Amino acid sequence: MATPSRKPPHVVLPGPVQWLHENLFSSWGNGALTILAALVIWWTVVPLFQWAIVDAAWTGTDREACLPHEHGACWPFITERFGQILYGFYDMAERWRVDIAFVMLAAGLVWLTVPGLPAKRPVGALMLLAYPVVAFVLLVGGFGLEPVPTERWGGLLMTLVVAIAGIVASLPLGIVLALGRRSELPVVKTLSVVFIEFWRGVPLITVLFMAANMLPLFLPDGLSVNKLLSALIAVALFSSAYMAEVVRGGLQAIPKGQYEAAQAMGLGYWQAMAFVILPQALRLSLPNIVGNFIGLLKDTSLVSIIGFFDLLGIVQSGTANADWSTPNTAYTGYAFAGALFWVMCFGMSRYAKHLEGVLKAGERR
Amino acid sequence: MSGAQNAVDIIGLNKWFKAFHVLKDINLSVARGERLVICGPSGSGKSTLIRCINGLEPHQEGKIVVEGAALTEEVGQVEAVRANVGMVFQQFNLFPHLTALENCTLAPMWVKKMPKAAAEKLAMQYLDRVHIPDQANKYPGQLSGGQQQRVAIARALTMEPRIMLFDEPTSALDPEMIKEVLETMVELAETGMTMLCVTHEMGFARTVANRVVFMDHGEIVEIAPPQEFFSNPKSERTKEFLSQIIR
Repeated sequence: MATPSRKPPHVVLPGPVQWLHENLFSSWGNGALTILAALVIWWTVVPLFQWAIVDAAWTGTDREACLPHEHGACWPFITERFGQILYGFYDMAERWRVDIAFVMLAAGLVWLTVPGLPAKRPVGALMLLAYPVVAFVLLVGGFGLEPVPTERWGGLLMTLVVAIAGIVASLPLGIVLALGRRSELPVVKTLSVVFIEFWRGVPLITVLFMAANMLPLFLPDGLSVNKLLSALIAVALFSSAYMAEVVRGGLQAIPKGQYEAAQAMGLGYWQAMAFVILPQALRLSLPNIVGNFIGLLKDTSLVSIIGFFDLLGIVQSGTANADWSTPNTAYTGYAFAGALFWVMCFGMSRYAKHLEGVLKAGERR
Repeated sequence: MSGAQNAVDIIGLNKWFKAFHVLKDINLSVARGERLVICGPSGSGKSTLIRCINGLEPHQEGKIVVEGAALTEEVGQVEAVRANVGMVFQQFNLFPHLTALENCTLAPMWVKKMPKAAAEKLAMQYLDRVHIPDQANKYPGQLSGGQQQRVAIARALTMEPRIMLFDEPTSALDPEMIKEVLETMVELAETGMTMLCVTHEMGFARTVANRVVFMDHGEIVEIAPPQEFFSNPKSERTKEFLSQIIR
């Protein structure tokens, strides 16, 4: 006769004292670590809170407002220069165009990332195909809009333009390169390897510097390439080489039998890649792909060496301004830029985590 | 030409992995509707042989003709052969990111350009044939090994091949699931499908096969009807092999 099933034993929830004992002071070593961790938090978070909130200057229009707050942040430096931080030196009267581009981007991203909203595919296609064109016209000008030279772009606008162009271009390029590197065609394989290893071997600063300063020397007289455009291309090629290696890692993890099964059913190479191999490989590489995106977003601040004022660059240039010369200006600026970068990167990281969960649901070998 | 009558004709096939000679002068014809079981010790080249038949493995010498289409380097020949040949693998090789139904509709939709609804109807018909229509919307990871292998059989059948290749279809299964897969294969045999099965299931060979092929060291050692193969093997190597697997 079968043993009758019974319910699992009743679990008694621990009281607070027991919880502390189990989780924080289960041994002498763990107890010491708990106390050490508590001290580190006390020594760092409390002074930071004091500096950023309690002792900070909140209102004013120049350094006079901040000088009395010797040990506090100088927030007026941020609020007074907020326009520059967002737009750089983009013409005042035309900034509404950047606003529209920002709002469209934000709306599109929210629509795509919030679960449960309908029509993700059309919206995604719109964001990928139509948005870049609309944003380009809005930001650059034309079609009746006053042209704004890219030299005047800056701040968050510059950071987002470089990062998004890099992200959007590097993923498809990286996939093609990764497939190329694994190709059985010797020419395709060699070209992919040479391309990937070349770009991975050169520092991004060098690439940017060469794109901005040396490229014009090689071009024939009278022909000039926009400096921002050449920087964007440089960033895209550079990051696609890294992306290729990340995707290749995912491709290598897919068993050979998957490709053989696709072949045996009569699927061609590109069909097998698109429907069988890449969906699995990209899901496996997702954490590293997002890691690359985050790295790319932060690397955009390197464009300051070729004379662009990105988010970090514009904050930094402001700290040198005599009108804002206080002991806390630079700290405030860096803290603000750092916080803004952190929010963007953390957002990407969390969304990737969520996406991993969604993609994992149901299946799994 | 007699080849037009046969499902598969293999003439003077030789294959090497680097310097290793895996298939040595294989000559084999399989008639339409015939059921062939290929057995032999591991490393004898039996899997490699059936993988050559649908071009998963390239061969260096000899001729392979499948339903009148020769496997050559010419553009479109491999595709022409594969259109007639379905394959079931030891490790199932289902696509883990697609449901059972999607596994079955993928090739009809993209190779035969069938509309989605028609492909789904066809796929359901074959999932029904392998007795798991109720698992259609599950992912492979949610199915037992036996169910996965039956989905794999249904997936191959949705392309409506004339020949089915089985590469040790029960070797990766737990013992209690072998039976359900073998029963599915027996049912398939009853429909008149041409089948080439690499398997160690001698009971299946006895009851279903028209001929049993014994391979060793890359050669075909013996081909005989099962009755004769099991009761009166001609070669010493066959006798030794049979004494090892039949206790």
